[in-house]
Amino acid sequence: MSARTAPRRFLTALQFALTLALVAFLVVPVVMSVLAGITVNYFRGVASGLTLRWLTEVWSMYQGSVWLSLEIALATVCITAVIGVPAAYVLARSRSRAARVVEELLVLPVALPGLASALALLSVYGGFGAFRSSMWFIVVGHVVFTLPFMVRSVAAVCASSDLGTLEEGAASLGATFTQRFFTIVLLNVRPGIVAGALAVLTLSIGEFNLTWMLHTPDTKTLPVGLADAYASMRLEIGSAYTILFLLMTLPFLVAMQWLGVDPAGARIARRVKTRKAAQNETPGVTSTSVEPA
Amino acid sequence: MKLEAVSVTLRQCAKTFRGQRVLEPVDLTIEAGETMVLLGPSGCGKTTTLRIIAGLETPDTGGRVLFGGEDVTPLPIQRRQVGMVFQSYALFPNLTVRGNVGYGLRIRRVDPAEARRRVDELLAMTELTAHADKPIDELSGGQRQRVALARALAPRPRVLLLDEPLTALDARLRESLRADMNALLRELRVTSVYVTHDQAEAMALADRIVVMSAGRVEQCGTPRDIYHRPANRAVAQFIGTFNRVAGVCRGDSLSTRGGVVPMHARAARDGDAVEQFFRPEDAQIVHPASAQLCGSVTSAQFLGERTRLKIDGATEDTLTVDVPGRIELAAGTLVGISVRDEGWLTFA
Repeated sequence: MSARTAPRRFLTALQFALTLALVAFLVVPVVMSVLAGITVNYFRGVASGLTLRWLTEVWSMYQGSVWLSLEIALATVCITAVIGVPAAYVLARSRSRAARVVEELLVLPVALPGLASALALLSVYGGFGAFRSSMWFIVVGHVVFTLPFMVRSVAAVCASSDLGTLEEGAASLGATFTQRFFTIVLLNVRPGIVAGALAVLTLSIGEFNLTWMLHTPDTKTLPVGLADAYASMRLEIGSAYTILFLLMTLPFLVAMQWLGVDPAGARIARRVKTRKAAQNETPGVTSTSVEPA
Repeated sequence: MKLEAVSVTLRQCAKTFRGQRVLEPVDLTIEAGETMVLLGPSGCGKTTTLRIIAGLETPDTGGRVLFGGEDVTPLPIQRRQVGMVFQSYALFPNLTVRGNVGYGLRIRRVDPAEARRRVDELLAMTELTAHADKPIDELSGGQRQRVALARALAPRPRVLLLDEPLTALDARLRESLRADMNALLRELRVTSVYVTHDQAEAMALADRIVVMSAGRVEQCGTPRDIYHRPANRAVAQFIGTFNRVAGVCRGDSLSTRGGVVPMHARAARDGDAVEQFFRPEDAQIVHPASAQLCGSVTSAQFLGERTRLKIDGATEDTLTVDVPGRIELAAGTLVGISVRDEGWLTFA
């Protein structure tokens, strides 16, 4: 008997150790950081008392960055949607080799360090002063970086929903290409667009590498401000900044979880509705509801 | 509901995909109001033919598609006024049953009151009234199929095209829907082209059947023609079961391993190797002494209304013979077989 329980005990111990390690590296730093942001004096510990002073200070110093980040994120989402949705549609429909090459090229900015993309942008367009110092310079960088997430997310839905046959159906009923695109295609890839938009939004708000290279003192986004705060101010303020950051991005992350989107933009869960429908069917017809593959 | 039925004519319609001929030049006329079934194994070109009629594929240069007198070859599908039912139904998941059926009318900007009246009529005809406001994913397979049919009929198509519409359903439902659909097509007298690989479906629905294989039309005729007078072996083998009796010509008879049968093959001389064919239901089990062929039963499969026997030793091939269900024969029993005179078939 002991020969069987010994390995099991060892396994239990290993699981326990792994859990501890995960907590130590994932949970503890976040909790400590949040705590640091609301303690009066971090070096004297929580005993020094809790305060919201640091948070209000951060807000008064950096609220410009908050609004700027939101503006940039929204602009980025709009542009990636306008470019990405038609692109995803075409890429998903096309079987040509060129389409596959374009698909791979689109992902390149994600594989490359953000610094490299930023350098490239700076060296080509850095000379256009007004453009260089506006928020649109950062928006361009963010679009380059986040576009593949929108395209992939929409293309995945295009490929999985048998859009080609749906369109043939609509065409047989007299719908022209434009009518099909607006009444059938867009409405049926909506889950992909929503998933892609959420991914783009969170990525844009959190992007640092590329933004740090592209920003000017007037265009300081949230993560750039965070680096600033950590580098030049007392630890409590930097930590309070983290809290602010979490408060801003958590709603998006929760929404993504709720919609079943993973951060790469792919939709993992089918709509709950489909599952419910399968249960609702009357017993007499349940056996007949075989869905075509 | 009244539909304006037109005839459909294909002239020299061929199709080549990336240098590969998937459809040899086809000439075909479907009369106004007729139900034509394209039957054949997968990859035989039947779906390509349907898609050429629909306007989803263009025929190779030189091919022409005519609806009545009108040449529709250059028209895309949305301007051909056809109704189409897809194997996967292709229902719009973003719309309700009513939305799906009414889609074609909305696109054509039919007056809303008139559109509503027509949709209601079609929902009643397909017994979907109770489900009118449900989304598609709450319907069973059979209901989806009926929505697809109603949707295709709503804009009053000149031609109705059906691509294996019952394949996704289970056997019992398929049979009942087949009967419903047959009644509906007869009542509407709409020109229909129906693609299937199921011969029972083809026989039950068709005015005429086109049997296709390897991109070619093998035969075009009524279901009875196709079954009883198949044009060649490919057709015969695809429709129902066939037995081959191979042997040597001896005057008016064909001599084979297990006996002698009357010769039906033409232009054969004494000593020539000949073969002729019969269907399982055209043979009877008789006493071996008075039989044309003798063999022994290797298996008896009870199918309810009939028993299907496999018999060895009568010819080179194992023969399949159907007898009434009440006849029980053990494996190994020696039996005699006689084939009805009109049951013999020969091919050039």
